[in-house]
Amino acid sequence: MSAFWSAWVTIITLAVILGCTWLLFQTRKSENYKEETDQTVGHSFDGIEEYDNPLPKWWFQMFLATVVFGLVYLVLYPGLGNFKGLLGWTSAGQWEEEMAHAEENYRPVFAKYAALSVEDLIKPENEAGLKMGQRMFANNCSLCHGTAGTGAHGFPNLTDSDWLYGGNPDTIMQTIVHGRQGAMPAWGAVLGEEGVRDVTSYVLTLSGSEADSEAAARGKTQFQALCTACHGVDGKGMQALGAPNLTDDVWLYGNSFAEIAHTIRAGRNGVMPAHKDLLSEEKIKLITAYVYSLSNQ
Amino acid sequence: MIKHETIEKNIGLMILLIIIVISGGGLAEIVPLFFQASTSKPIEGLRTYNAVELEGRDIYIREGCHVCHTQMIRPFRAETERYGHFSTANEFVYEHPFLWGSKRTGPDIARVGGRYSDDWHRAHLYNPRDVVPESKMPSYPWLFEEKLTGKDTAAKMTALRKVGVPYTDEQIASAQDDVAGKYEIDALVAYLQALGKTHPNYTNKR
Repeated sequence: MSAFWSAWVTIITLAVILGCTWLLFQTRKSENYKEETDQTVGHSFDGIEEYDNPLPKWWFQMFLATVVFGLVYLVLYPGLGNFKGLLGWTSAGQWEEEMAHAEENYRPVFAKYAALSVEDLIKPENEAGLKMGQRMFANNCSLCHGTAGTGAHGFPNLTDSDWLYGGNPDTIMQTIVHGRQGAMPAWGAVLGEEGVRDVTSYVLTLSGSEADSEAAARGKTQFQALCTACHGVDGKGMQALGAPNLTDDVWLYGNSFAEIAHTIRAGRNGVMPAHKDLLSEEKIKLITAYVYSLSNQ
Repeated sequence: MIKHETIEKNIGLMILLIIIVISGGGLAEIVPLFFQASTSKPIEGLRTYNAVELEGRDIYIREGCHVCHTQMIRPFRAETERYGHFSTANEFVYEHPFLWGSKRTGPDIARVGGRYSDDWHRAHLYNPRDVVPESKMPSYPWLFEEKLTGKDTAAKMTALRKVGVPYTDEQIASAQDDVAGKYEIDALVAYLQALGKTHPNYTNKR
């Protein structure tokens, strides 16, 4: 702050406080009345007079106390331009202190768990660490995957043993750190609306659902030409690509005819955001352990 | 010494004295901020919202999102652990009006960009309970029906440029084409994904 603005703030602030104090004393009425009219403002309307009593003592003293508080505050804390206050307090400094205090308390705790493998972390003796992971999951992951990790339409259930990209600890950690980008292309333009319906029928039969058998037979040819590169010849998917298994009863976007047709027609591009710039490694480790524990305990 | 009566019976004098008394706080606390580098100089590398994000921002205002969501992370550990680096004044130099908000019914979203996928935002804005069963946020299904024409976007950018937002001539020239035909939801999600991503200075790792 330049010297001018520093002086500006200082002068106005002190002038306002002193001005209020001056006003308070100037308008103060004595409690000792000299004349009859001292107690009223001196007029009478239809015999109604207006009292002009002095300020109650407690109120007057409270006002003085706020003036004193204000002045003491301005001496201790920054308020008068460039004057930093005797305590040297800043909001960023307070935050840094808080962070340093937390670091001191929690570093050993995180260090202890960071040294363990995910397989060890889910053992009963490390329950406290897993609870930390659970709380961080609630803060960072539950909006998409649900508070219990059971997912939602388009957001994978983490509590079953079905995994798009793999469910070993390293893969889970990889998913959290770097994120994932689903890449089911849109086939609507290639297949045409009839083709979409045929392939949908065939996909339904893969998991044993009812479908028009003629359409399914036509769809099979198309499936083998277009879909097997990712979903495999048998439709069991490929974890390296995040291509789901189409033969089980786990469906990220539902297994109604309309949902599957929509997936084929318009594609799906589910995104798991990368967390490497959001969470520290130790935290990601504990979250990984919690996610791993959901289907391995 | 001015008497009580003099002030009470001269309304002009009373107005003048009231103005003097109440202007003290504003003159000392607000006016100097207009002239400080920390509040008027943008943080290094701060970018402007593009045309689509700008329209999304207007939808954010129209739907009153700022009534329940703040965009101001305070310097407390409890906040920075959850939301990322605390907000600083120089991040908001291009914000007209600022959308800090004053009440958190929902969480702070100053740095929500990149935290969730576009798909999540769409599902969540269509009906929050589809993805967060505990949520009490309202649904905004009409955002998926209305298309933007972009006919006012260039004018908005020109107006913002007059108050110091450095939009380029190219940005203003292509504004209508950038926006036209986009659904309101596309613009709003683009804006949300830009929040906290308009400059690279702070690490939000926690």
